[in-house]
Amino acid sequence: MIIVTPLGRATLSILNEMGAAAIFATRVVLAALRPPWFFSQVLRQLVRLGYASLPVIGLTAIFIGGALAVNIYTGGARFNAEQFVPNIVALGISRELGPVLAGLMLAGRVSGGIAAEIGTMRVTEQIDAMTTLSTDPFRFLAAPRLIAVTLCLPLLVLVSDIIGIMGGYLVSVNSLGFNGAIYLRNTLNFIRAEDVVIGLVKAGVFGFIIAIMGAYHGFRSSGGALGVGRAATYAVVSATVLILASNYVITSLWPL
Amino acid sequence: MSGASLSLPLLRLADVHKELGGRAVLRGVDLEVAPGRSLVVIGGSGVGKSVTLKCALGLMRPDSGRIWVAGRDVTGLRGSQRQAVNAKFGMLFQGGALFDSLRIWENVAFRLLYAQKQRRASAREQAIETMRRVRLGPEHADKFPNELSGGMQKRVGLARAIISRPEILFFDEPTTGLDPITADAINDLIVEMVKELGCAAVSITHDMSSAVRIADEIAMLYEGRIIWRGPSAQVYTSGDARVDQFVHGRSQGPIAAIV
Ligand SMILES: Nc1ncnc2c1ncn2[C@@H]1O[C@H](COP(=O)(O)OP(=O)(O)O)[C@@H](O)[C@H]1O
Ligand SMILES: [Mg+2]
Repeated sequence: MIIVTPLGRATLSILNEMGAAAIFATRVVLAALRPPWFFSQVLRQLVRLGYASLPVIGLTAIFIGGALAVNIYTGGARFNAEQFVPNIVALGISRELGPVLAGLMLAGRVSGGIAAEIGTMRVTEQIDAMTTLSTDPFRFLAAPRLIAVTLCLPLLVLVSDIIGIMGGYLVSVNSLGFNGAIYLRNTLNFIRAEDVVIGLVKAGVFGFIIAIMGAYHGFRSSGGALGVGRAATYAVVSATVLILASNYVITSLWPL
Repeated sequence: MSGASLSLPLLRLADVHKELGGRAVLRGVDLEVAPGRSLVVIGGSGVGKSVTLKCALGLMRPDSGRIWVAGRDVTGLRGSQRQAVNAKFGMLFQGGALFDSLRIWENVAFRLLYAQKQRRASAREQAIETMRRVRLGPEHADKFPNELSGGMQKRVGLARAIISRPEILFFDEPTTGLDPITADAINDLIVEMVKELGCAAVSITHDMSSAVRIADEIAMLYEGRIIWRGPSAQVYTSGDARVDQFVHGRSQGPIAAIV
């Protein structure tokens, strides 16, 4: 009993939280699907959350692509399979590392940012003010962020795929002794559309998670600066966990 | 005056209860405001004044009790119906609650831009005109809220609240945090705007000098209920020991000071 009671309580509170988040997500999706739409807000968030994330995404991708090439080369050398570097870099980046790393980076940058911004608006009564001005904060604040991030993330992952493969290419050609033309030909011959598609599907799901977790914890925050800080932390942690979990689910359910 | 108070109340709260954080904050609040009248609710810090206002505005849902706006029961309204009711309201928040990512004129014109979907050029014109009425020059139009002083932010909040001619204006602690001179200027503006718009006003404050300046009527909230209400001139001679203690600011008396 001594152990079971707190465990049960924790389980209940997690279930409770997941239920509340699911209801929140449903409400935001409904708000995003029905007019009035605030296109100017969507555009603003596309620039702030999407375009401005390009440097982070690009830097992450190029280093991971490079490190991946070195690792595959080292591992491949043990059974004379060094020539598979281009194939495995392309596969690993497009199916897994591109979307997951982009998702994790944006869980920090975007989900935390959304939670902090909306949380500050909550504790300074800006959200109440918006309601008294006959404007639905779900439509004005949450829906544009959801639309922007869910649309952006697949595009960012596409960029990340290209830069990541380029990172592998640069390392392979400059320090592992590969021929550039052959490396590129191998990459292009090997990679299939579905490898990229699964990555983009993941990216869309991660974008949804990032925006919803940011907005959910932001809207729920209370209690001044402390509450806003907590909202941002919760958003980052929950988005990270959900991204990794959903990544596994999508990977294992995807028809090969 | 007496004609106005006989007419149908514009806002009415009946037996409103609200529990928050396990504590019964409101325990049967009854209030009414007639068109064109200014009611001020006084009471100590944490007594539930802001919660009363939030219930009236539909920002919080009462646990029980009813709220009418212009004779219509609005207690459970949601979504677009609630938004239509809110179109009659203007609210000045305690901390200003200006949108800090928007320019001053966009703050003032928020309702026009986003609830009424007016064109930007015309909304901006109306915003600058409304800013002039609260004595804010057009040179501030393109600034952001954090570039203005506290008193100026209150003016922006007031301009935002009055831009589409509300029928009821709500003020949450309009003078708290301002120096006495700025506070007086805000009191003057409130009286002037209420007269000019001919709207009803509901203010909450613990600042007695502000209360008597802007009120036709004063009501005192204590332990979750309205314990006294009357014309503002009578607040110093109410004969109620609790009201006396509050309006004279004494720590000794029936109300225990919470330090
Ligand atoms: N959202 C909330 N959650 C929990 N408690 C609240 C909330 N809002 C207000 N309270 C509590 O209700 C009481 C009344 O608050 P409030 O109406 O803000 O007081 P005031 O009369 O100073 O405006 C306080 O004890 C406050 O802590
Ligand atoms: Mg208050």
